[in-house]
Amino acid sequence: MMEIGLNHYLVLSTILFAIGLVGVMRRKNLLLLFFATEILLNSVNIAFAAISHYYGDLTGQMFAFFVIAIAASEVAVGLGLLIVWFKRHGNIDLDTMTSMRG
Amino acid sequence: MFEAIAFYLFAFLTIAMFYIVVTTKQALYALTALAAGMIFISAFFFILGADFLGAVQIIVYTGAVMALYAFGMMFFDSTRDVKEKQGNKFIVVGLATLAAVLVVVIFAAPMLSENIVAFYPQLEGVGNTQQVGLVLFTKYLIPFEVAAVMLLVAMVAGIVLAGKKMDLSLTLMNAEEIEEAEEKNKKVLS
Repeated sequence: MMEIGLNHYLVLSTILFAIGLVGVMRRKNLLLLFFATEILLNSVNIAFAAISHYYGDLTGQMFAFFVIAIAASEVAVGLGLLIVWFKRHGNIDLDTMTSMRG
Repeated sequence: MFEAIAFYLFAFLTIAMFYIVVTTKQALYALTALAAGMIFISAFFFILGADFLGAVQIIVYTGAVMALYAFGMMFFDSTRDVKEKQGNKFIVVGLATLAAVLVVVIFAAPMLSENIVAFYPQLEGVGNTQQVGLVLFTKYLIPFEVAAVMLLVAMVAGIVLAGKKMDLSLTLMNAEEIEEAEEKNKKVLS
């Protein structure tokens, strides 16, 4: 209980990942959907850092860096697209994004 | 002892903050809670001895990404309550838990099945930042440069997408000018 091992971090990572997935599934607003994906990426980062520490290997930290870089570029492009969509249609709800009639 | 206290404290705080992010109806509360959660996550990196990663987490996530979201939210109507999907909550929570456990199993299965040997063992008597530099600029040099190009592409894309028609402001125009601009927009789009 008092000795924090790898399993503690993996359980924490699971909980945070589950919270992020619940957010992805129940949100309709695209901006809040982006927030939920940030939670997913961060929970995986915790798992990478923990494994890197407990196995004495730096590869996990390297992958965490690349995940952070990808998250930053995803935010830049995604937010740009959201702004364009909002200027044209006035809302960013997923349900209204049906341009094909079928 | 202190490690355990810090771990449980920050675990509780992180989970509470992220719970607020996925449940609140106000977009501004979600933004603030997410920024706080990012700071608390950097605490885990410091506990784990990944000092450089923790500093990068604070600078990039709370400094850059959250500021970008905050500026982006100026374009959106963030005071309105967010509508939710009305689905079966048990199915959503069950599926999410299942998928999360699956991810951890994917992580943990190779470790259990075979003894992992460290490719890049941590050096003695060298700080974490120095080790990160040594590995990043030797073994991971090509991915590092590809990431730099990707960030450049993302920056150009962000400028091109968000910078269109920055000169018109809907709040400073009167009604006729707005209608005229919308007519022009429709012609362009159709």
